[in-house]
Amino acid sequence: MSQTPFYVSPEQLMKDRADFARKGIARGRSVVVLSYAGGIAFVAENHSRTLHKVSEIYDRIGFAAVGKYNEFENLRVAGVRYADLRGYSYDRSDVSARGLANAYAQTLGTVFTQESKPYEVEICVAEVGRDADTDQIYRLTYDGSVADEHGFVAMGGASEAIEEGLKAGWSESLTLADALQLAVGLLGADAAGGADRELGPDQLEVAILDRTRPRRTFRRIAGPALGQLLVGGDGDGSPDTAYDASLASEDTTHDLGDSPRQVATNPQTQRTHGEGDG
Amino acid sequence: MTTARDGGRLPAAYLSTGSSSFTDFLLAQAPEVLPSGRRLPAGASVDAPHGTTIVTVVFEGGVLMAGDRRATMGNLIANRDMEKVFAADEFSAVGIAGTAGLAIELVRLFQVELEHYEKIEGALMSLEGKANRLASMIRGNLGMAMQGLSVVPLFAGFDVDTGRGRIFSYDVTGGCYEEHDHHSVGSGSLFARGSLKKLYRRGLDGDRALRVAIEALWDAADDDSATGGPDTGRRIWPTVAVVDAHGVRFHDDASVAAVVEAVIAERQGNPGGAR
Repeated sequence: MSQTPFYVSPEQLMKDRADFARKGIARGRSVVVLSYAGGIAFVAENHSRTLHKVSEIYDRIGFAAVGKYNEFENLRVAGVRYADLRGYSYDRSDVSARGLANAYAQTLGTVFTQESKPYEVEICVAEVGRDADTDQIYRLTYDGSVADEHGFVAMGGASEAIEEGLKAGWSESLTLADALQLAVGLLGADAAGGADRELGPDQLEVAILDRTRPRRTFRRIAGPALGQLLVGGDGDGSPDTAYDASLASEDTTHDLGDSPRQVATNPQTQRTHGEGDG
Repeated sequence: MTTARDGGRLPAAYLSTGSSSFTDFLLAQAPEVLPSGRRLPAGASVDAPHGTTIVTVVFEGGVLMAGDRRATMGNLIANRDMEKVFAADEFSAVGIAGTAGLAIELVRLFQVELEHYEKIEGALMSLEGKANRLASMIRGNLGMAMQGLSVVPLFAGFDVDTGRGRIFSYDVTGGCYEEHDHHSVGSGSLFARGSLKKLYRRGLDGDRALRVAIEALWDAADDDSATGGPDTGRRIWPTVAVVDAHGVRFHDDASVAAVVEAVIAERQGNPGGAR
């Protein structure tokens, strides 16, 4: 009898933890990850220039997260360490999003059941493939469950409404401009039925995994290039000229020409031979 | 891989905050894969392939690095088409002389080190920072160097803050020195340096810098048996990397071949070349 007040059933314990984590996640602004004809785009509402929600993990792998910054930042750094160590020990081509998603799932699952509080985060690991069929998008929740998503993922506060919108508007042949406009429109919509907000480049964090690039495919798109993509909705399936222009602009230090290195860990096999680029 | 020991979960060290250095992470997590973690038995020495000559030349708006392709082991040619000039990251290149196996591993680690920092910090490391990281890696190899397995790299990069190319040289103890205008390391460097001194002018353009570097490599190969000259029969040409405001790129075989053939033609009956 004296024990009763201290007993909490496992069901109740898990439910309490899940509710706690969900509440934390729902407070944050949402993130959309969606594939388009030329790769995978990450779109987040983020007013900070430097505290990123979207990041590069490896050559073809990107990371997006919502929830508590310090917790998902820890996971991001762990992911970079995992990927770099794996690529260094084997080869760059041996690092996969699936392996990373598994490691994240195990970590989140253990924290959920064993630590005093679960991580209040939801993360997405995406790997761009040679074509749309080989793209991989994994969504991981606070309790360590993994879902292999096809085409798009929305996470954060208003994720359900956004997923509905994506289901209606998404197709794998979207151009980058169309994909961004779709995502930004949905992020700005008010789930409670209020007036839609207009999100400009300053309130957005956008990055892509560009299928056509060699080696490191991750690129951030910001400033004027992003503004141009958000308004220049030609929608006729033409190449993404605004993005191409952003590659030539000087304000984004990472946007250079083709990488001088091949995908290889061994320096002896990194240079392309023959009549390649001059 | 360490993850297996923890039932698939990422080990605590992965999740800890701390260094953005990949080398420091390896030191704590997997020291067995670090070159500096290894020791030779005292008094032992091994015969291993050695890389030879690297030259770098600063030109207007960037820096160029070229290396021959030969590796030697004693009096033998160990490899005819080895690469000794590498892109370290988007804005720097590294060339190696000395024990080939250790040097290549060093470059491999250095490349990951720079990219790792860039991803974790979300910013490029400064050029001086990169040069210092390389210095500490060479210092870690001092034990091996004292047993004859030394590694002496040459580091060149584009300084995005000042908009010019810079060169850093090293000694086996990890000393890091900034060189001005041009430099060379390796067994043929004595001859290459003499050649560079006579041919170099401030304010060279990229094409002229390529010509100067190829002439210097030729002069090195002419007098040093360990430096490989251009192999016209097998079509093996020096590796040439250019670092400027657009990043690193390699000259393709055809453009290097054209310069090499011009140098060969000019030196017919005139072995000293341009003066």
